[in-house]
Amino acid sequence: MSVEFGELKKGVFPTILFETHSDASTEPFWEAAREDKLVAPKCSNCGTFRLPPSPYCFECQTRGVEWVQLPGTGTIHSFTVVRHPLHPGLAECCPYVSGSVELDGTQGAGARMLVNIIDVDPDAVRIGDRVEIIFEHVNDEMSTPRFRPISK
Amino acid sequence: MTIKDKAAIGGVGATPYFKRGQSYPESELSMACSAILMALEDAGLTIKDLDGFSIYSSSCDPATVGAELGVPEIRWATSTTSGGGGCAGALGVAAAAIDGGMATTVVTLMTLQQLNKRLGGSAVGGMLQYAMMSDAGGSPYGGSGISPSVAFTANNGMLSPGHSFAQLTSRHMHLYGTKREHFAEVCMSTRDNAIKRPTALRTEPLTLEDYFNARMISDPLCLFDYTMESDGAVAVITTSAERAKDLKQPPVLIMASAHGASGRWGPALFKYFQIPNDEFPSSGHRPVAKRIYEMAGITAADVDVALLYDHFSPMVIMQLEDYGFCPIGEGGPFVGDGNIRYGTGSIPVNTHGGNLSEAYIIGMTHVREAVEQIRGTAINQVEGAEIALVTGGPAGSPVSGTLLRKA
Repeated sequence: MSVEFGELKKGVFPTILFETHSDASTEPFWEAAREDKLVAPKCSNCGTFRLPPSPYCFECQTRGVEWVQLPGTGTIHSFTVVRHPLHPGLAECCPYVSGSVELDGTQGAGARMLVNIIDVDPDAVRIGDRVEIIFEHVNDEMSTPRFRPISK
Repeated sequence: MTIKDKAAIGGVGATPYFKRGQSYPESELSMACSAILMALEDAGLTIKDLDGFSIYSSSCDPATVGAELGVPEIRWATSTTSGGGGCAGALGVAAAAIDGGMATTVVTLMTLQQLNKRLGGSAVGGMLQYAMMSDAGGSPYGGSGISPSVAFTANNGMLSPGHSFAQLTSRHMHLYGTKREHFAEVCMSTRDNAIKRPTALRTEPLTLEDYFNARMISDPLCLFDYTMESDGAVAVITTSAERAKDLKQPPVLIMASAHGASGRWGPALFKYFQIPNDEFPSSGHRPVAKRIYEMAGITAADVDVALLYDHFSPMVIMQLEDYGFCPIGEGGPFVGDGNIRYGTGSIPVNTHGGNLSEAYIIGMTHVREAVEQIRGTAINQVEGAEIALVTGGPAGSPVSGTLLRKA
């Protein structure tokens, strides 16, 4: 199959999904993302955050949420450095880092984000590193979230 | 009331194992049929006896196989949900069907040919389909489309199982100091076991130097930490313990079996990774381990040989912890001390060469080896082996474990 990934930059996994396929549960996340804001649903009964946004709270099995704006910073919980391109067309972006980030302002597990972490030396990334969100505004609909080190 | 010792594996059949795509001109259907017929023959049964299918990971379509082989009547056809994690658990489902009087002779199998598809590339294929904005479904009723939650991870670069297991592994190394030398020991001891086996696909000796010279695929995993891509089919026949006594082979009793996981393990792998912190650097097998030991009334100390699903070498270390062969977090040094070596270790692991070196038929080679160990006919026979542990997964829930014993 032939797939075009556009112009690739080392360390940056390209956007491959250009539509959000959103529903009532997820649309507020994407609306905020278009304005460079990170929001997440917080259970209005017990205060547990959950991502991806979904119908039920896994802690208390209720449905109500309030959307809370988060600081957009977090900590790398784990990661991998992808060195081998799984498609020849992706060779130019390898190596890149994909990781799970625990978001400041949340309880962590249950609301982690799984993201491409950019602007890092793949050999120097460590669990516990501090990172911040950055959105790529791909088109009117999709704003791809990535994280990068917090500049000091 | 449990299924303890109610059913037994009476027959095993397998095609040769092939490197990916090399089983052509055989097909998944022809290999499934071959393996089933050989397993029935091994048990001293015929197709007229077969009345049940207990499968996992969509291994075959019982309707198609039943028609192809002229099974007189199918009385039971089930599959565990999700993927390869259900492998060992499908044996327990077969035992439950037999104990419940729903069927008498049940086959569990995997058949795999990777000509036009690639198992480890399934996620890649899916993601690339998003890239092409084409139908990601494959259902005759139309595509399933892209669910709203998928958009949260589609652009993050995690495309394959290796990328997911690398993250569990990184966390395990961070918390417990597990080292790549430990993964190397899993790979080398498994390779040593494969070398003596004519069925094995990887038989060249593997040294520590070879391991560290291999290219990195997805840190901290290198080429040798990954299983290979294989073709082939393996089938086993389960029947009642009572009936198994009269079959051709000595019965191998299903002492205990369980499949599942904690709820929030869920689709964790390959998807959202919202696993609670204490379970993140694990194989997800802890709840299953607890249940099978309780059902069997034994502990890890009673297990003579462990056939642990090894699609990625660090997952062997995490299963050794989760099944209680060593404390949580100490799996690295445990293997480093030689504990899983055949012949000298305290718990020989993957005496057949595992997924890492023999072949990857999504767990069924482990079942085959467990049966041979209990029969006493294994090539790398563990002396006096009476109880074998065989596992399926880690993968998305369910993962599974089964204890087999000598009658």
